[in-house]
Amino acid sequence: MSFVTTLDQIFVLLQRWIAGFFPLWLQPAVGTILGVVAIVAAFPGIFALTTVLERKGLGRIQNRLGPNRVGPLGILQPVADGIKSLTKEDIVPLSADAVVHFLAPVVLVIAVFLGFAVLPIGRNMVLADMDSGLLFFFAIGASTELSIFMAGWSSRNKYSLLGAMRAVAQMISYEVPLLLSSVVVVMITGSLSTVKIVEAQSGFTGVFPHWYVFTPWGFAGFVLFTIAALAETNRSPFDLPEGESELVAGYFTEYSGFKFALFFLGEYLGMFSIAGFAITLFLGGWGAPLSVLGFVPSWAWFFVKLFGAVVFFIWLRGTLPRLRQDQLMNFAWKFMLPMALLNLLVAGAWRFMGEGWLRWVISSAVLLLAYVGLGRVLMRNQHLGARSYRYAE
Amino acid sequence: MISGIGIVFLLTAALTVAGALAAALLRNLVHCALSLTVTFAGLALLYLQLDAQFAGFAQILVYIGAVAILVVFAILLTRGAGVQEYRSYGSRWFGSLVIAAAVFALLTWAVVKSLPAGGAIAQTPSVTVQSIGAALMSGYVLPLEIVAVLLTVALVGAVIVAMPENKAKAIVEKEGGQ
Repeated sequence: MSFVTTLDQIFVLLQRWIAGFFPLWLQPAVGTILGVVAIVAAFPGIFALTTVLERKGLGRIQNRLGPNRVGPLGILQPVADGIKSLTKEDIVPLSADAVVHFLAPVVLVIAVFLGFAVLPIGRNMVLADMDSGLLFFFAIGASTELSIFMAGWSSRNKYSLLGAMRAVAQMISYEVPLLLSSVVVVMITGSLSTVKIVEAQSGFTGVFPHWYVFTPWGFAGFVLFTIAALAETNRSPFDLPEGESELVAGYFTEYSGFKFALFFLGEYLGMFSIAGFAITLFLGGWGAPLSVLGFVPSWAWFFVKLFGAVVFFIWLRGTLPRLRQDQLMNFAWKFMLPMALLNLLVAGAWRFMGEGWLRWVISSAVLLLAYVGLGRVLMRNQHLGARSYRYAE
Repeated sequence: MISGIGIVFLLTAALTVAGALAAALLRNLVHCALSLTVTFAGLALLYLQLDAQFAGFAQILVYIGAVAILVVFAILLTRGAGVQEYRSYGSRWFGSLVIAAAVFALLTWAVVKSLPAGGAIAQTPSVTVQSIGAALMSGYVLPLEIVAVLLTVALVGAVIVAMPENKAKAIVEKEGGQ
């Protein structure tokens, strides 16, 4: 095998080499366990890095330094955070429902880790190659809503309950555009398997890749999916349920110490897994962006794209103001749902129009017109004046 | 493997039945709703053991992701975060026990009667998502359309029920006056 191929498949070869030490009947189990260990080690490691990146990034956007005490440039901050969360006292309110209170973060973390099983991280590097991998991912994502309700209800706290109700309403509202915008990809690929979806995007015309984001319906689907993904993971600008200045800390007000750290971990891992899923569906998974760059290993491309997505999410958090609850819900039902349905129609028309420039023009025109038209219609009743700026004297 | 009753099937069945019993017998209403979720998960595991991937994942997505949330919202909106209430058994429990036993006997008879004679299944049918899609678009189009109409009616009804009073009255008057 050439050096490039070896580097590309290095983790698969490593897995087979370690499994080779065990008897034949045990090898599949050992291989799977190694994959699970890799996921459980890698993604929380990325989570630790992301907390530092986020705090420094947000600090810079807000014209201040982030954490800079622990380690050079504050890089060892996650270590300090980890030690703090492990040694803090675990306070459970007296009237709280102890069993449900304990199980809520557990259910969240389990559901989130399960979602990583269908992400193709590199060529031949998916933990569970299932025929309906996409459906599995969304099914597991729907289970995280239940853990949020459990957390909010069991704390016996009005702030927690309000936060939980808002969060669950937001999550079920945005689940519909999320699923509909990913159905477009399934329609064009013809399969629910994430591996096949990535393989369908691995061709090149000349230098440019066949990623779905470079088609009109793919671009619209990608934008819709990203917005819905931000809302699903309660990430700014959709973080009203856990807004720091609104509801103390929303549904995890009453959690302290390690359980809070587990919720935090679950939320960020959910963000990674849904970003990874957006990359799989629209950005070509582990594929290289230009055909000349094919020598870089496939798993490296996946992590580069994931890093880009995470940086983009942090940027959004620092820049956009929070949406109010009724604005959120209006946006989901009145704007995103019609756009997602129209996107389905456009993708169907694209499929049956055959190759050529005509389908590009018609698809882009329909989507642009719908975007502008829907936006204008919905803004009819809002009377917004010119922007006025007030500076501190 | 379909043949025989394996240990995995027994464990999953035990989990499902335990969840269902807990959902019926527990005192705290939210605990009952959560046990019902465990029952749904057990059913999904049974589907997955029978290699019906689509049915299993759809069960998780629809039942745990939507129906359980619906049950939970119903509890939240009708009882709120108040003091938990204890349920007591009604006075006509013997009659309802007889009726429940009769329904169970009918269902068991229907299931046993539908098993093929001889007890052995020749070949597992392979149901791919593609075949489900093809069937929905060719043989089962009418049920699909009826379900679509039903969902639209439910959505419109939900919007009307949740609308503020004056707007709803205006719509009803406009519809009735025409």
